[in-house]
Amino acid sequence: MPVESIFHRLEALLPKVQKPIQYVGGELNSTVKDWDSADVRWALMYPDAYEVGLPNQGVAILYEILNELPGTLAERTYAVWPDLEALMRAEGVPQFTVDAHRPVRAFDLLGVSFSTELGYTNLLTALDLAGIPLEAADRGEDDPIVVAGGHAAFNPEPIAAFVDAAVLGDGEQISIAISEVVREWKGEGRPGGRDELLMRLAESGGVYVPKFYDVDYHPDGRIKRVAPNRPEVPWRVHKHTVMDLDEWPYPKKPLVPLAETVHERFSVEIFRGCTRGCRFCQAGMITRPVRERSITTIGAMVDNGIKESGFNEVGLLSLSSADHSEIAEVAKGLADRYEGTNTSLSLPSTRVDAFNIDLANEFSRNGRRSGLTFAPEGGSERMRKVINKMVTEEDLIRTVTTAYSQGWRQVKLYFMCGLPTEQDEDVLGIADLAKKVIKAGREATGSRDIRCTVSIGGFVPKPHTPFQWAGQADHETVDRRLKALRDSLRGDKEYGRAIGFRYHDGKPSIVEGLLSRGDRRVGAVIRAVWEDGGRFDGWSEHFSYERWMAAADQAGIDVDWYTTREREENEVLPWDHLDAGLDREWLWQDWQEAVSGGEVEDCRWTPCYDCGVCPTMGTEIQIGPTGRKLLPLTVV
Amino acid sequence: MQRLRVRYAKRGRLRFTSHRDISRAVERAVRRAGIPVAYSAGFSPHPKISYAGAAPTGVASEAEYLEIGVTAPCDPEQVRSSLDGSLPPGLDVIDVVEAGQGGLADRLEVSDWEVRLPGADRELAEVAVEKFLAEGAVEVERLTKKGPRRFDARGAVLGLTVSEGTERTAAQVQRGPCVILRMVVRHMTPAVRPDDVLTGLRLVADFAPPVPPEVTRLAQGPLDASTGALADPLGLDRDTTRGGEAGPAGEHVGG
Repeated sequence: MPVESIFHRLEALLPKVQKPIQYVGGELNSTVKDWDSADVRWALMYPDAYEVGLPNQGVAILYEILNELPGTLAERTYAVWPDLEALMRAEGVPQFTVDAHRPVRAFDLLGVSFSTELGYTNLLTALDLAGIPLEAADRGEDDPIVVAGGHAAFNPEPIAAFVDAAVLGDGEQISIAISEVVREWKGEGRPGGRDELLMRLAESGGVYVPKFYDVDYHPDGRIKRVAPNRPEVPWRVHKHTVMDLDEWPYPKKPLVPLAETVHERFSVEIFRGCTRGCRFCQAGMITRPVRERSITTIGAMVDNGIKESGFNEVGLLSLSSADHSEIAEVAKGLADRYEGTNTSLSLPSTRVDAFNIDLANEFSRNGRRSGLTFAPEGGSERMRKVINKMVTEEDLIRTVTTAYSQGWRQVKLYFMCGLPTEQDEDVLGIADLAKKVIKAGREATGSRDIRCTVSIGGFVPKPHTPFQWAGQADHETVDRRLKALRDSLRGDKEYGRAIGFRYHDGKPSIVEGLLSRGDRRVGAVIRAVWEDGGRFDGWSEHFSYERWMAAADQAGIDVDWYTTREREENEVLPWDHLDAGLDREWLWQDWQEAVSGGEVEDCRWTPCYDCGVCPTMGTEIQIGPTGRKLLPLTVV
Repeated sequence: MQRLRVRYAKRGRLRFTSHRDISRAVERAVRRAGIPVAYSAGFSPHPKISYAGAAPTGVASEAEYLEIGVTAPCDPEQVRSSLDGSLPPGLDVIDVVEAGQGGLADRLEVSDWEVRLPGADRELAEVAVEKFLAEGAVEVERLTKKGPRRFDARGAVLGLTVSEGTERTAAQVQRGPCVILRMVVRHMTPAVRPDDVLTGLRLVADFAPPVPPEVTRLAQGPLDASTGALADPLGLDRDTTRGGEAGPAGEHVGG
């Protein structure tokens, strides 16, 4: 049965909302398939505004892969802003996809990619607008299967009531596998209904279905046990890892939006995973091992992407792009190829060393040298040892001075506040470092026309990291340290004016902490916040700390217990039954080493230290060098 | 440097593009189409593409204009088809000519607008139009970025007629008859837009359409002084590039 487009009903509302273009679709390279040509239909959601969601690589890749799969179609949907939400409620217009403007409830599956926990309330808005019951337990045979993915899905317990299933890790292969399970079940005439479909997914061990697991608690509130409630369901659910990224060169047809979005460029993931071992970094822990794309595949993807999109900027993405085994050859090859074409290249860089500047120089060959970013993360040498970010003060100052000498005028330094074991002097050390950087820069260049911006993020302990047991710093402490740091920078007559300072207050980090390490009981807080009007929590103008605290109160949730409390080694963590491959004993040992100042090398270049991922997951490190060059392609 | 003048349309759902959205889309399309666009000099070079009087967000148009500077001579028809193929459907390239003398923006003196009013009452519309045209001036207020601004919406209106058709975009579920206003409006500062004229109709006769109007710019260009008709603004370029002979209209171009 064909499903009608709701566009004509939406169209009447669009003249009344901000930036209507974000709701109309029609992007270059978007795909609209005939509804009846497919028997498995996915709505893919990025639970934030279109301008943030459209450039998301995860959704873009799955959209393309699923639409390539015979008998399968995928359309995209995003969070609508409150102005349109109000009109949709008044006129009874349901949550829709931007591709063919079909109602989300008509799809078989709703896949939601959570890069951050702050999208949870937007999921509830979308479900409610779609006419899908908020709680999985209330859904019927006509409702889509709601599947969560993305990094936040490595602990989906706070949203366990709202999703039917969650998937950990790389989505390429598992989204195809899920499609086939759904196809088979539908082909057989949907035996056993929704429940059997979820069973089939759960039995595979690759899809987590929360309702097949029961959680028992100790009287003091800690988790006693998480156990499957059906014999066919495995005790642990494993993450997915795509090997040989050269076999998966997506996106091939990049989506080019009409609306302005946060990243206006063609992005190529040059490798996945990171083994630098920064202890705060969840991404680095859960995406192991390192798997590089080869220089030739990168070259071909960039060439194709620019031709297909018309973008004039290329971003080489990864968790630490300068670590690609042939990054120098990639940088030089691309800079040569696009010289004189007004195509700019960017490399989100975090490594603090001179090599990084060489790369940046290569990339800015024709353009201006405006700003470089380095991320020492910790203000003191002691702090950097705790987080395993091995950069000495000497390294940092030498690197930044080199950058200034080579014509870079602006350097941005990124730090975190609220790290485990942090003292006031560790944060004040950031000011000393910034002043030394300016002093050395002025001496090296003989110019006062150099600047440094200090940018600070609040640290949030994350699941599947060595800091998963750590007590989070309370927001009063973070705010006090940030104020002292600001006073130290602003009050400095000699250097104060050359140093910019950017930070956020500590309150949002507490909410993020609650959602990151929360368990199923936290779901009631999310729902209460949403019912009270909570939307777009990642946006400071929409976020309300007071609303979250009031909702927690109402639900009887002690926020401190979830955030600032340090956990014991033997405490069952809400995500212990979800397997990112990391050996729990290794994580604990690394947490102990952090406190005592022990360092871990990168296993790409040094012997394995048994984090557990490769043997558990059957994976291995895949890196070059290949010794090849970029294909000599001609430029239009 | 050769300059190409482009007439394009924004249609259907792409009428919700803003001017900034269009300029990004055009820059990318020019790159995809492989048009040898010229770049400005300096630290951050920009492609030499200029726009003349863009229709507001939410308003469709059959007659928008832009000019592209190119570094190598191009065949206008080839540019038309390749640029059209590189833009998303709904941003459609209608006409490309090589620029002759004289500025394009100066020729865009008048716009011909079609305003569809689904569910509006035709008789009330006719009464309102008659009253509006009978006034010497109708002061309206519009909220601009600098705050509320008052100006006359009557003086710029050269023609205003009422007719009837069927709804095109079906703002309501039921497709029904639809009142159509045609207005020919002179470009002035501040600009008088179709919605300002609608505001004027509300002020003089309390005429208010039940749903948001669907507005389309049908044409814009110079006003032919002898016939009072709207002329093709690219006509002059076609005349000069065809043989360099200054036709009757050529006199306007000189100086």
